[in-house]
Amino acid sequence: MSNTKNNIKYKAPLSHQLNPGHSACAGCGMIIAARLVMDTAGPNTIVTNATGCSEVTTTQYPMTSFKMPWIHSLFENPAPMASGILAALKVKGLEDKVNVLVVGGDGATFDIGIGLISGMWERGENTLYICYDNEAYQNTGYQSSSSTPFDANTTTTPPGKKSSGSQQLKKDMIGIALAHNLPYVATASVGNTLDVVAKVKKALSIKGPKYLQIYCPCVPGWGIEPKDTMNVARSAVQSGFYPIVEYIDGELVSKKSAQGGSALGGVTKKVSIEEFLKPQKRFKHLFKDENGKLEIAKIQKIADENIEKYKLI
Amino acid sequence: MNKILEGSRAIAETIKNIGVDVVSAYPITPQTHIVEELAKIKADGEANFEYVRAESEFAAASIVEGASATGVRTYTATSSQGLLLMTEVLYNIAGMRLPVVMTDANRAISAPINIWNDQQDVMVVRDAGWIMLFGETVQEVCDLHVLAYKVAEQMMLPVMVNLDGFVLTHVVEPVNIPEAEKVKKYLPKYNPKEFLDVNNPLSFGAFVTPEHYMEIRKELYDDIVASEKVMIKEMKEFKKIFGRDLNLIEYYGDKNADTVIVAMGSVLGTIKEAVDELNGKPHLNPPLRKGRKNSVGVLKIVSFRPFPDSEIAKILFKAKNIAVIDKSLSLGQEGIIATEIKRALSGEKKKIVSYILGLGGRDITKEMVKGVIHGINKEKNRVVFVGK
Repeated sequence: MSNTKNNIKYKAPLSHQLNPGHSACAGCGMIIAARLVMDTAGPNTIVTNATGCSEVTTTQYPMTSFKMPWIHSLFENPAPMASGILAALKVKGLEDKVNVLVVGGDGATFDIGIGLISGMWERGENTLYICYDNEAYQNTGYQSSSSTPFDANTTTTPPGKKSSGSQQLKKDMIGIALAHNLPYVATASVGNTLDVVAKVKKALSIKGPKYLQIYCPCVPGWGIEPKDTMNVARSAVQSGFYPIVEYIDGELVSKKSAQGGSALGGVTKKVSIEEFLKPQKRFKHLFKDENGKLEIAKIQKIADENIEKYKLI
Repeated sequence: MNKILEGSRAIAETIKNIGVDVVSAYPITPQTHIVEELAKIKADGEANFEYVRAESEFAAASIVEGASATGVRTYTATSSQGLLLMTEVLYNIAGMRLPVVMTDANRAISAPINIWNDQQDVMVVRDAGWIMLFGETVQEVCDLHVLAYKVAEQMMLPVMVNLDGFVLTHVVEPVNIPEAEKVKKYLPKYNPKEFLDVNNPLSFGAFVTPEHYMEIRKELYDDIVASEKVMIKEMKEFKKIFGRDLNLIEYYGDKNADTVIVAMGSVLGTIKEAVDELNGKPHLNPPLRKGRKNSVGVLKIVSFRPFPDSEIAKILFKAKNIAVIDKSLSLGQEGIIATEIKRALSGEKKKIVSYILGLGGRDITKEMVKGVIHGINKEKNRVVFVGK
């Protein structure tokens, strides 16, 4: 019988639910978000994790960064895994005593797992789904996903003589979540850590299926400096590029103003889209010529539409 | 007590008596009656397992995987395309060492689309790391499910019980459903050492580098090999409590037969009848050698994984001709059981011919079986399709 199963007992006496020793990049937005989420959810939580950076960097055999029960099965199935976990918790009479957290990147969420997430939401189960949104398949080398923004340079949407990068618009995952009548749907940015913590707490206080999508800059994938992770995560919000919204029972209950607010460090002027795009290599090709200016104007229009849609100003 | 039941109802009642905690499934013909009956059993309050409706077979397999990892007894059932859709999860369940038990109602694979029985579906997941058992009758299929949980939970290996779609799932025949009290005596409560537990936090499904991957895979291999002995032991235990025989393989017919037919599943019934007729009427079965009465035997394979090589070799070493009947094939190669038999007998001088019968639900008649027996001595082809 098995003595060396790939199940690891956590021993290090460290203080977080997700601890140092993982192999995430310096400045990784996802790992910051993950630590905030796990610490907020606390030890009374079971985590089911999609394949991706959040899994690969945290649980390389025979080590683990997690101090809470954690399972990874496949890229697309953390959601039905959660349904199974909940069913088992019901059998044990623990369904109201243990949080079930489902986590995955935008590839797992927007693309490969979306049907299975829809199934879990439709069953109305008491779970919190966390999407670490870094807008591409960063773990496999920066390929575009349906979360990749317009004009972004990824390895499968390279700009060239006949292309200015990704020509598809980012999928409206918030709209899809709302269409499932979830009691809680929200976005957050890792640039505002207190907001991430508050939203995880809020979500876990509500029974039923919840969705929280956290904007997480990727240092190598976006081509930014590790020191700029938080700045880029904030300017995305401040420019209107990444709307921060919160819905309870389908009602928009809060939003972060594009002009900034106290929680975003007291920014009062409207941040231009260039300010957000410029530090990122994935948008560098837009700053070369006149055509680039036209493309930037299109991205500005996307931000303006967000501002209008969610009344961010 | 014998009850006259449809095969699917019999399986559902067996699952009820086993006492599973979580059931999840997605409907596909010809598995549907099994999961409908389980839903009815729950609706009638005869059992209180959690029944999770899945939006695909992929989800159903993932749901039982998650539940099993949380330390409860699980069950799912599928067929054909559903099994193929589950493939990625099935490999994962085995690699994670979760003792999930499932039923596969064997059915042909698309294209062309066909809902009738053959055994191509299960062969697609042959190497997934599951113990694979095949029943000949509804009774045997029910009994194999009880054994399946006993072996699965002991070895931390998943088990797939196969039965021929329609032929067994929809047949109505007398069955002695394994009684709940006897199951209790036979099968201890599932009490895993490791599961998802907030009081004992473990990480499952770690990322494993080349440094450790091979050892973990070899361990899975070793345990599947080791499960053969465990099954033999548990089959004897089963006999003590339930009074019925279970075996990894079974031999039927003349002990010194010149020709042995090898097959798996419900077709054994037809083959045994054909063999009885031939053995009973020598004029129907002209001798292969002058002055010698000809005779035929049948080898039934119950355990396809692990494949009981040495047991099979012991039985087949006397035979001159071996006709392997497959309801599946490796396209461009031969019948899949045929390859297994050739491997188990490597080094032996035998005439082994791969016969493909019954694909996509084509009826297999006694005449076809007799034709195989009559023709094998002169058969020049390595692979023979018998459709008429």
